[in-house]
Amino acid sequence: MKLALHTLMLSVAMSGAVTAAPLSFDFKDPKGVNNAVFKLDAPLEAINGSANGVSGTVMFDPANPAATTGKIVVATASMHVPNAMMKEHLQGGQWMDVAKFPEIIFEAKELKNVKTAGDTTTADAAGSLTVRGVTKDVSVPVKLTYLKDKLSLRVPSQKGDLLVIRANFAIQRADYGINPGAPKDKVSDTVDLTLSIAGAAPQK
Amino acid sequence: MKLFLRWTSLVVVLAAAALWFSAGANCGWTKNSVPKKIVDEVTGLDGITYERRFVPGVDFVGGAVLAAGILAGASLLFRTKPNTQLKP
Repeated sequence: MKLALHTLMLSVAMSGAVTAAPLSFDFKDPKGVNNAVFKLDAPLEAINGSANGVSGTVMFDPANPAATTGKIVVATASMHVPNAMMKEHLQGGQWMDVAKFPEIIFEAKELKNVKTAGDTTTADAAGSLTVRGVTKDVSVPVKLTYLKDKLSLRVPSQKGDLLVIRANFAIQRADYGINPGAPKDKVSDTVDLTLSIAGAAPQK
Repeated sequence: MKLFLRWTSLVVVLAAAALWFSAGANCGWTKNSVPKKIVDEVTGLDGITYERRFVPGVDFVGGAVLAAGILAGASLLFRTKPNTQLKP
């Protein structure tokens, strides 16, 4: 009887461990909604653009959002601004040099100041940001929204969960060697970034 | 020729101004595409797609004014024919 009770307790503990395992969310978006928006102030008109070449994986445990880690990659060739000549300059050697540096990488190593209310978690994602081959430690305020069993609403053939990540932060372009020679009164040094992405964890 | 160049410069300025006004009098740079928001109802995310559209900006108007100035300036290189008719 004692052995049976121990076995039962062990199996309950193991099933708990299985359900509490972090889910792997893939951020390659088939709908093309995922995007990173960038904005730089300039005298005549702010330079606004976006990139939709987002990919990466985030490990998220709904029972323990604080343990979230992951890596988000933005393809620099997908960066777009409405003016064709400006886009050519943006992707060229002085600015993003997309031929040499095809990816912007954010790697979240840990979450700090975690606050969870229902399905929404806000935190500071501490990690590293790599732009133009320069890697710097950053802390990015993020908002995670866990949408359980909502994947089928987006992709009818698949069942699973969704994880929405929103982040607003700023970087200094000189820190990453993004055209440091460009006068700051013509194009601001501060680049405002907004990340709006959703990842999917299909049921296996 | 002189008159032709002056009229052409006027037409260039008026056509550029009309195009600029009709496209929304954009006070920024000329655009070859315009962003369009798409909302994903499941996630609530705002996605961005770009629509190919020409939206002239102040650089376009400035270019047209410069071109018109060059045409008008070139008209000064042509002499006015002297009036050979003698008054009675």
